[in-house]
Amino acid sequence: MAVREERTRDELGARLKEYEGRPAAVSGAGKDPVNAPMIRHWCEALGDTHPAYTGPDAIAPPTMLQVWTMGGLSGHQGRTGAYDELLGLLDAAGCTAVVATDCEQEYLRPLRPGDEIVFDTVIEEVSGRKTTKLGTGYFVTTRTEVRVDGEPAGIHRFRILKYAPAARAPRARRPRPVVNRDNAGFWQGVAGHRLLIQRCTDCGTLRHPWLPGCNACGSLEWDTVEASGEGTVHSYVVLHHPPFPAFDPPYAVGLIELAEGVRMVSNVVGVPYDRVRIGLPVRLEFRAYDEELTLPVFRVVQR
Amino acid sequence: MRAGDRLAPLEVPVTRTLIVAGAIASRDYQDVHHDPELARQKGAPDVFMNILTTNGLVGRYVTDHFGPMAVLRKVAIRLGAPNHPGDTMVLTGSVEEVHGDTAVVRVVGANGLGTHVTGTVTVTVPEAGR
Repeated sequence: MAVREERTRDELGARLKEYEGRPAAVSGAGKDPVNAPMIRHWCEALGDTHPAYTGPDAIAPPTMLQVWTMGGLSGHQGRTGAYDELLGLLDAAGCTAVVATDCEQEYLRPLRPGDEIVFDTVIEEVSGRKTTKLGTGYFVTTRTEVRVDGEPAGIHRFRILKYAPAARAPRARRPRPVVNRDNAGFWQGVAGHRLLIQRCTDCGTLRHPWLPGCNACGSLEWDTVEASGEGTVHSYVVLHHPPFPAFDPPYAVGLIELAEGVRMVSNVVGVPYDRVRIGLPVRLEFRAYDEELTLPVFRVVQR
Repeated sequence: MRAGDRLAPLEVPVTRTLIVAGAIASRDYQDVHHDPELARQKGAPDVFMNILTTNGLVGRYVTDHFGPMAVLRKVAIRLGAPNHPGDTMVLTGSVEEVHGDTAVVRVVGANGLGTHVTGTVTVTVPEAGR
């Protein structure tokens, strides 16, 4: 997750920081003992067929460690005032949404049906204010020790981002082409799903993009030929930054060499941006980006 | 079992059913894991997979590879791009280190948006050390 640190004064962050080291749960008890039905439901959901998780000597999948501590719909037991206060401060500041970002578990002994777990949780760290793609908020890290019969069974470190959701801007539309006297014929071709290349009627040289005169002989006389649509990637760049509205980086911008010999800039589609390569064969297609805008793009030819 | 070994990729179709079944099996009733409208109000385009399900899938991926004797010792994951319905997550892994019968495996789960999860799994395979 891309995270930006805030440089402005963060009074809430300073208050939240005071909760570091305080207990979030003391001797919390699992709502259910470790049990075969919950293990089976988990294995079914995840498609886990490991034989250790079934039969008379079954153990619970170790990755279920946190499951046995979950409050479910009826809420948490053993949670301290400190943790609720911390979350309350964040809620009051508009950080009402939560997403988990990290989970680190260490399994010290297997859990088996019948085991009754007890857990203690400490608020290990509260970050300063951070801005993420989801919104602005704070990372809260807790460390939970799970015990059975007084013996440690596992350690579970968990990090959440508690944040104020960023407003979702309506999706911007791609920029419109600038159509003028010199290139109107090209765009008329595109409207009819034809890619037209200009040809000098004096010397026969093809040219693209469209221009009033011939680069080779200077003649102002021209007609058009329709491109076959076959081409190769002559060169490309991958754009990561800056992000423009309506574009979703990273994406590849290709310089396509058409079979006729002229080159044009367009998107390469049909492969991830990082699979675009020089020399890749491509074929023209017309893609509708919205009800008004159709553009020629180039799809990779699968060999 | 040797450092540098690669695990065969596992394709996980991210269905709405998997997201909801995983959330409920892990007793996680956060609305963002089952209610699309409330997920949208919180800034997400749709429901998304909870971390416990991802954690379980990463563990399963590693034990599937190392077989019935494999025992998980540690699983540490970090989430990035969310797993939304309709996407496919491809898990890949490689053995980073081997000490006796214990291997440290680096796992990456990529979806259509980017990297959903990166993680490190420590697994013991009792027969491997003999």
